Amino acid sequence: MPPLTRSVLLPRVVLAGLLIAALALPSVAAWAGEPFYLRLGARILVFALAAVSLDLILGFGGMVSFGHAAFVGIGGYVVGILFAHQADGSTLFGWPGTTNGYIVWPLAMLAGGLAALPIGAISLRTSGVPFIMITLAFAQMLFYLMTGLKAYGGDDGIALWSRTSFPGGPNIADHATFYYVTLGLLVVALGLGWRLVNSRFGRVLRGAKDNERRMRALGYPVTRYKLTAFVIAGALAGLAGALLANATLFVGPQYLHWSRSGDLIVMVVLGGIGTLIGPVLGAAALLLLEEFVPEAMNLVQAGLGEHWKIVLGPILLALVLFARKGLWGLVTGGNRA
Amino acid sequence: MTGASPSAAPMLETQSLVKRFGGLAATDHVSLSVAAGELHALIGPNGAGKTTLIGQLSGELAPDSGRILFDGRDVTALGVDQRARRGLARSFQITSVFPSFSALDNVALAVQAHAGHSFRFWGDAARDRRLSDPARAVLARVGLAARADVPASALAHGEKRQLELAMALATGPKLLLLDEPMAGMGPEESARMVDLLAALKGSVTILLVEHDMDAVFALADRITVLVRGAALASGSPAAIRADAAVREAYLGEEGEAV
Ligand SMILES: Nc1ncnc2c1ncn2[C@@H]1O[C@H](COP(=O)(O)OP(=O)(O)OP(=O)(O)O)[C@@H](O)[C@H]1O
Ligand SMILES: [Mg+2]
Repeated sequence: MPPLTRSVLLPRVVLAGLLIAALALPSVAAWAGEPFYLRLGARILVFALAAVSLDLILGFGGMVSFGHAAFVGIGGYVVGILFAHQADGSTLFGWPGTTNGYIVWPLAMLAGGLAALPIGAISLRTSGVPFIMITLAFAQMLFYLMTGLKAYGGDDGIALWSRTSFPGGPNIADHATFYYVTLGLLVVALGLGWRLVNSRFGRVLRGAKDNERRMRALGYPVTRYKLTAFVIAGALAGLAGALLANATLFVGPQYLHWSRSGDLIVMVVLGGIGTLIGPVLGAAALLLLEEFVPEAMNLVQAGLGEHWKIVLGPILLALVLFARKGLWGLVTGGNRA
Repeated sequence: MTGASPSAAPMLETQSLVKRFGGLAATDHVSLSVAAGELHALIGPNGAGKTTLIGQLSGELAPDSGRILFDGRDVTALGVDQRARRGLARSFQITSVFPSFSALDNVALAVQAHAGHSFRFWGDAARDRRLSDPARAVLARVGLAARADVPASALAHGEKRQLELAMALATGPKLLLLDEPMAGMGPEESARMVDLLAALKGSVTILLVEHDMDAVFALADRITVLVRGAALASGSPAAIRADAAVREAYLGEEGEAV
């Protein structure tokens, strides 16, 4: 038995520290006169939300979806498309565009969940490598669809010149406000996710990951539960997409690209699969490395930063090998296995 | 067992069940009847098709032809989970538990499977006494009470076999399909399992696949002998022991009977 105090206390202390750091970031960035950090922080929170949603199905349900970025992209496109219609006064199926967040963000979630329904229903007829390939294929299909959608910018995507508005609510055009709204949503998602994975539903999900055949023999219609989780994760990813569009003031097909799905998997694995909080650390680690490895390399020699991916790969590999259960595993001390 | 004439309708009946693997008839026109409340043993040499038959009964394997009636209904077309929800539970010849769950949670998951739907997203399942209390009771029944909090992956082989049975029991089944519950157990554990099955007998219908002839003849109300996919004989232990064809095909071959 590890010392009880450490294994119980340390995670709480680290969590509290992370939350305080996250809350303090806007003030620190303002004090340092570096608004860039605020934008980077918001990006991290957005990707953390997407990675947490993936962890629900990947870490708890054992569903290795290699197309999760598609749902992020769809959420982003809901924001972008409704923005575009609002901007030029045109209609979509007879409806005007809008930037009203009370409508747009729930719609982004709805779209993510609705897209996940047929994709999940078909993909979940398989498992293992075929499941990976089918989710990947669906995501690439949507990627090419968006590339070909000239009405919405095709390859070039849609540039937004304002963020979603919340009449009577927070003004997220302000960077710090947007950051806090994103942080709030992430914390709520983590809380709800925590309830979910510890609920009866969550147990079914974890049981299916452990031994699906046994679950069926016990009487569980396993696919129904897995599909529900897949749709929930899709909806949450859709929300992350809506936030991403607002963070970058842009949506484009690249949001759906398979490499983005790969990034999300890396975040989950790097941070600690099946831990919910781990993927938040993973998102932070990956985005910080992507940001600062090129810079550090440029310091060594100008222009060297172009080759940052060659350096990032081994760093990630070393991290994953060193921290078998991810960064969060270092905190909980669960790396003995 | 609350029907008007419980003894009339069998709990389980197969009608001319056939399952082929390529040219091999692993199940060859098997017609079997298990009465409600009885402990029915299914014996036969290695490769006789016992596990294949259990697979079809539980729904994992689709028969090529024939019908399966369970509790008065044709279940041939139903999936594994549907049959399980109607009260058909099985244990696996090769231990099949949830390795990352504790022993208690393994059983609680089995209890949960028959405690309404699981589209419940909020309450903490670990603190739900409606799951853990019955689970603890079943664990105690199979002799695993002291091991409740041990991860299933850390249990000894014999304990995993006990857990396997506990999970099947916890679903409150009408019919238990037990595929060699004593496989790989030491003599002491085997004896405990025999006692356990003897205690269960009568309260639940059991179809028991087992190689241990002492256990089979001690427990069974009726025995069916399967040889090369076909049901060679079916009858009381005494009748089976006396059956010349059975002696020749199976019981005589000492090496196989162990
Ligand atoms: N999936 C399969 N594909 C092909 N052949 C199979 C398959 N499953 C079983 N068999 C064959 O069918 C026959 C019956 O196998 P089965 O496992 O049902 O026997 P058993 O009576 O359970 O044997 P044991 O006592 O060793 O457990 C064997 O010859 C086996 O090789
Ligand atoms: Mg067998």
